[in-house]
Amino acid sequence: MTVLAEPAAETVRTASRLGRGYWAGVVRRLARDPVALVAAAIILTIVLAAIFAPWVAPADPYKSSMIRRLKPVGDAVYLLGSDELGRDMLSRLIYGGRLSLVMGVLPVFFAFVVGSMLGIMAGYAGGWLNTLVMRTVDVFYAFPSVLLAIALSGTLGAGILNAIVALTIVFVPQVTRVAESVTTQIRNRDYVEAARVSGARAPTIVRVHVLGNVLGPIFVYSTSLISVSMILASGLSFLGLGSKPPEPEWGLMLNTLRTAIYTQPMVAALPGVMIFITSISFNLLSDGLRSAMEVKA
Amino acid sequence: MTVLAHDLAHDPAFPDPTLRDRGGPAQPLLSVTGLVKHFGGKRRWRGETKGAVRAVDGVDFAIAKGETLGIVGESGCGKSTTARLVMQIIPPDAGEIVFDGEEVGSRALDLTAYRREVQMVFQDSYASLNPRLTVEDTIAFGPRVHGTPRREATGRAHDLLARVGLEPGRFAGRYPHELSGGQRQRINIARALALQPRLVILDEAVSALDKSVEAQVLNLLLDLKAEFGLTYMFISHDLNVVRFMADRVMVMYLGKVAEVGPSDVILNNPSHPYTAALLASMPSMDPDNRTEEAPLYGDPPNPIDPPPGCRFHTRCRFTSAICANREPPLAAVAGPHAVACLMTQPGSGHPQAAASREVAA
Repeated sequence: MTVLAEPAAETVRTASRLGRGYWAGVVRRLARDPVALVAAAIILTIVLAAIFAPWVAPADPYKSSMIRRLKPVGDAVYLLGSDELGRDMLSRLIYGGRLSLVMGVLPVFFAFVVGSMLGIMAGYAGGWLNTLVMRTVDVFYAFPSVLLAIALSGTLGAGILNAIVALTIVFVPQVTRVAESVTTQIRNRDYVEAARVSGARAPTIVRVHVLGNVLGPIFVYSTSLISVSMILASGLSFLGLGSKPPEPEWGLMLNTLRTAIYTQPMVAALPGVMIFITSISFNLLSDGLRSAMEVKA
Repeated sequence: MTVLAHDLAHDPAFPDPTLRDRGGPAQPLLSVTGLVKHFGGKRRWRGETKGAVRAVDGVDFAIAKGETLGIVGESGCGKSTTARLVMQIIPPDAGEIVFDGEEVGSRALDLTAYRREVQMVFQDSYASLNPRLTVEDTIAFGPRVHGTPRREATGRAHDLLARVGLEPGRFAGRYPHELSGGQRQRINIARALALQPRLVILDEAVSALDKSVEAQVLNLLLDLKAEFGLTYMFISHDLNVVRFMADRVMVMYLGKVAEVGPSDVILNNPSHPYTAALLASMPSMDPDNRTEEAPLYGDPPNPIDPPPGCRFHTRCRFTSAICANREPPLAAVAGPHAVACLMTQPGSGHPQAAASREVAA
């Protein structure tokens, strides 16, 4: 009986702590979604491993060994094998997460900030301002995002900072478009009209009545871009436009290990596996977030 | 509720409504002349726009202080557009709105000041509440916008909640999805009253409610009107509700006023055939008196291309040749009762009309 009683008490406590607000409901529904929870756990593990890499990694990711090159997965010394310069793959994958996550999250974050501002402004104001912003956005849309990222990165020059700038520019139009469409919907709701009727000015209405109803959907869409950003960033590194060797970064590692694809296919595929796992986790988490937020709009 | 009156009287930002009276009792609170709104349509290089929906096409009316003007008509007749125009949610194409002797938008009465005087309750009680705001934040928003400190605004929200029949302790912190339709509409009424308006526009405010809840909300509206000295512009398609609420009734058809007058005259002894048809279409409680024949056929004509002459002549049972050629003006028949129908206008040429003014007199 005590075993049974305990979870019930826990539920009561959680419910009262969370209160009854909208976001509390979102958290509650998210906590009941096993897929989203697993995805969140994976992301948390990768993020924590990346942050605490010096303590987690078993070896120095830069220390090469000419005699221990391309060891297979499950090697006595190298748990996940070694790369073409005899560096420990596990350590490099852990350290590589740092740059790869930054390249995945930062451009999306900047795009979220800039795109939300542009989109909400265009959506709320309507008229010529909307036309101006949205047609400019359409110009960027005309280029495939991979091509645009490569072209911008190439123009700005190789380097992590430039790659982040390039990716931000790639994502801003996409976020702007989503932000504009949700804002246009909200703008015509009766409660926004009621707020206008009460004599409030546009900035106040946007802050109180629009932002709260609009940021959620934009945020969910943006999280789904993180995986795209990671893959694009890896692609840029692969082409030599992102990070430079010997810096561990998943895309770059994939690039340098491609020569070993026939001798050690498992090891060569590992960075790709990491990109895949991380990006699919972000996608699943944003899916869960979307359905958790859909109940009350 | 003396508490509330006391509170508000001591708030310098919200002087007592009776002190805000400018024009005196004879001055109508609201008077609207030549109100026009056309939607869409291609704007030609010069001249008139083509293909526009003539939602409101020249409407004149006035609302006296303290009265309730009921506005009735079919869907699409321009009731709601008129409300939105009066509320200045959408700008009119033409027309003048005068509030208590001051033209709206003039130096004496700018839009911000006007919006404190006139408030609106919408039909959809759910869509008109922000789902992310608590009840008290929703009600306090208006006063906050007009510079009332947060604590006072929240205090007023609580007072108003109590006044519309919702216990503040239980409801202040709730979100709209936790409330029933009737409770939500009470919140909307409280929100409208938070700015201490003198005119409240009720746009189908009770139409979406259950009959029992509707009756409660209607009684609440009457109580509030008496207590705060409000004037109502009450829009509804339900003639029974209008009969209960309104002092005067205005019947609209296709963007124009068909008939206006005291509600007992309009609802018992209408002069316009359209009003008569509307009344005849009301279901009767008496089984021996059931409606055997549809009083009106078809839908209203397309407002993009309204019929020439009298707009109702395509569906009117008394129609004659003159109706398609001559547009009837809204003319007084007896005192405050005005009708836009050639039959009631002597010398108009309609076979049913008196031959000349002399004969009529």
